[in-house]
Amino acid sequence: MKVAIIGVGLTRFGELWETSFSHLFVEAGANALRDAGVDGKDVEAIFVGNMSAGRFVDQEHISCLIADQAGLNPIPATRIEAACASGGHALRQGIMSILSGFHDLVVVGGVEKMTDVMTESTTQTLATAADQEWEAFLGMTFPGLYAMMARRHMYEFGTTREQLALVSVKNHRNAIHNPYAQYHVEITVDDVLNSPIIADPLRLLDCSPITDGAACVVLASERKAREYTDSPIYITGSGQATSTLSLHSRKQIPVVDSTINAAKEAYKRAGKSPKDIQVAEVHDAFTIGEIMAIENLGFFNIGEGGKATEEGETEIGGKIPVNTSGGLKAKGHPVGATGVAQAVEIVLQLRGDAKGRQVDADIGLTHNVGGSGGTAVVHIYEKG
Amino acid sequence: MKLEGVGIVGYGVYIPRYRIKVEEIAKIWGGDAKSISNGLKIFEKAVADYDEDAATIAVEAARNAVRMASIDPKDIGAIYVGSESHPYTVKPTATIVAEAIGASPELTAADYEFACKAGTAGIQTCMGLVASNIIKYGLAIGSDTAQGAPGDALEYTASSGGVAYIIGKDKLIASIEGTYSYTTDTPDFWRKEGQPYPRHGGRFTGAPAFFKHVYNASIGLMESLNLKPQDFDYAVFHQPNGKFPRKVAKMLGFTIEQIEEGILVDKIGNTYSGSSLMGLAAVLDKAESGERIMLTSFGSGAGSDSFSILVEEGIKKIRGKVPSVEDYIKRKKYLDYATYAKLRRKIKVIS
Repeated sequence: MKVAIIGVGLTRFGELWETSFSHLFVEAGANALRDAGVDGKDVEAIFVGNMSAGRFVDQEHISCLIADQAGLNPIPATRIEAACASGGHALRQGIMSILSGFHDLVVVGGVEKMTDVMTESTTQTLATAADQEWEAFLGMTFPGLYAMMARRHMYEFGTTREQLALVSVKNHRNAIHNPYAQYHVEITVDDVLNSPIIADPLRLLDCSPITDGAACVVLASERKAREYTDSPIYITGSGQATSTLSLHSRKQIPVVDSTINAAKEAYKRAGKSPKDIQVAEVHDAFTIGEIMAIENLGFFNIGEGGKATEEGETEIGGKIPVNTSGGLKAKGHPVGATGVAQAVEIVLQLRGDAKGRQVDADIGLTHNVGGSGGTAVVHIYEKG
Repeated sequence: MKLEGVGIVGYGVYIPRYRIKVEEIAKIWGGDAKSISNGLKIFEKAVADYDEDAATIAVEAARNAVRMASIDPKDIGAIYVGSESHPYTVKPTATIVAEAIGASPELTAADYEFACKAGTAGIQTCMGLVASNIIKYGLAIGSDTAQGAPGDALEYTASSGGVAYIIGKDKLIASIEGTYSYTTDTPDFWRKEGQPYPRHGGRFTGAPAFFKHVYNASIGLMESLNLKPQDFDYAVFHQPNGKFPRKVAKMLGFTIEQIEEGILVDKIGNTYSGSSLMGLAAVLDKAESGERIMLTSFGSGAGSDSFSILVEEGIKKIRGKVPSVEDYIKRKKYLDYATYAKLRRKIKVIS
């Protein structure tokens, strides 16, 4: 498979009190079209990932809102929801619309406006991605679920509290060079270990923040892409998988099998293996998430993610640089936008446009998770 | 706005005797006292007794101010009491103060509400009345028994206390060189009719509310008077916690040395309408003539009033006449949470 990304665009990520929901999407979309050199009238369809505009800003029917506000009526617009993996799923829908021959040029975006409600409401809204009957109803929230995964990972594999902290330290260091990131502040292991407890063993600085933001990419068929650029970035692999919605129903707690299965499909479609990947954006909603991701994607053996992190294997300059953008932790995590923002970062890296955080890579990967791992979506990218 | 000849004739403060520590509140609600103290830079707050309210506190502060100024209370032509905990919804606190200090009946009086900046709004009103010779002296008070819902983050800081300033043209201990205000409609913190405790927008109370208004008012004042941070010996900002005033001072280019004297929130909590005015009083307790002080209040909703204050020779004559801020801070007795809950009427008996 081969679908081209010919343009990328982001908004700044952060607490954007003075920017409305629809403005976020339009800004990221306009940036992507400008980057691609594409005129709005050439866009055939929009796919947008969004988790919960209904609860965050009381707005549903956002597919229509976005096409309207972007001035792109009457083209079709479709919203895709898969919790925090909404963006990654939207990207896959865009890819399929091109591979099927339905469209030649589409915009895929992700958007979330999370700061218009109080923190308690945001946490409750995010918890709707868990099993309402068996998890959320009993008071479980995502920090709690990931804390249990962290505890089990520490128990089974000897992963240490410091190794978890090092994920956050690395991602904050990377974000300093990302002008779109929510945080531009270096932190230390001690800062993480002394931050307030959220759900033992996870502390505040283990958790991704509440963020407003949007991200967009312009997808084109191989033939159409040539009209705009000689050097597109191609998506050559896509995989999507599900697991049980509730954490307690899984055979193993510290292993996310949806990631394993999505990665298997993506590698197969791209004809690649984990050792071919030179840069990756993975779903570090919590620090333990990144450690499990780099194991489940096959970069390291199960149980060795913490050690690999400690040894600097995932740093810029390491064996496989992970979350060069700052990841969800430091770049920010506007849930519906995250999966698309990950694709933006890999495109910038492969194009050589990731100033200050640039790595030498021809092949990259993105990994986007919904809930505690009920859903995962993986994409592989190659230089054209 | 640049002014000449108007200033402070006297001031007085009052802080209730009781204190409750952050640890005592955190213990009840399962909070991490160390991280709250480190994060917000607060340790304990002042608590009003069962028979104290914003009116009694205002009266205590006003009596100290009149005593310091050594003026005839009958010469006070206006009293404004700023508070968000006026004992009556309808019926002024200012009339209670006027009677208690012997200023009535020939004066105008009213209550003000603008969250934590109603006291400085009162000062500005008095400045106008004095400058236009409508009155000889004006009395502006910020007084509160602030409400923080049990278990809410505000409970660690919402405290009780009051400050009174007499504004006039003669016998000045400090002149007010100018004032500048910055006001927008920003719903960061509010309490509706009938609600016992205020609600707030969490992190929205930071950047778009406190920091935007305090910063812009302070910059506006400096630009209008052609002054720079280095021209001030002290700066006092509204202090909802210990972190915000230090951060905004840094943003504006003030040094730690310029602001430390006026930060009291770690010892007495946030006295709301009294907060920044109490900090100014602590600085006036120490300042020498010729020194310049910046004062910038903040009220949620939201707005900031900024002032440039120049200490005059007269300050020497009034020192030691009435209890200082430090005297009140030292006079303290610790409460446990149960007694605090009783005194602040957090225990409701429904019969």
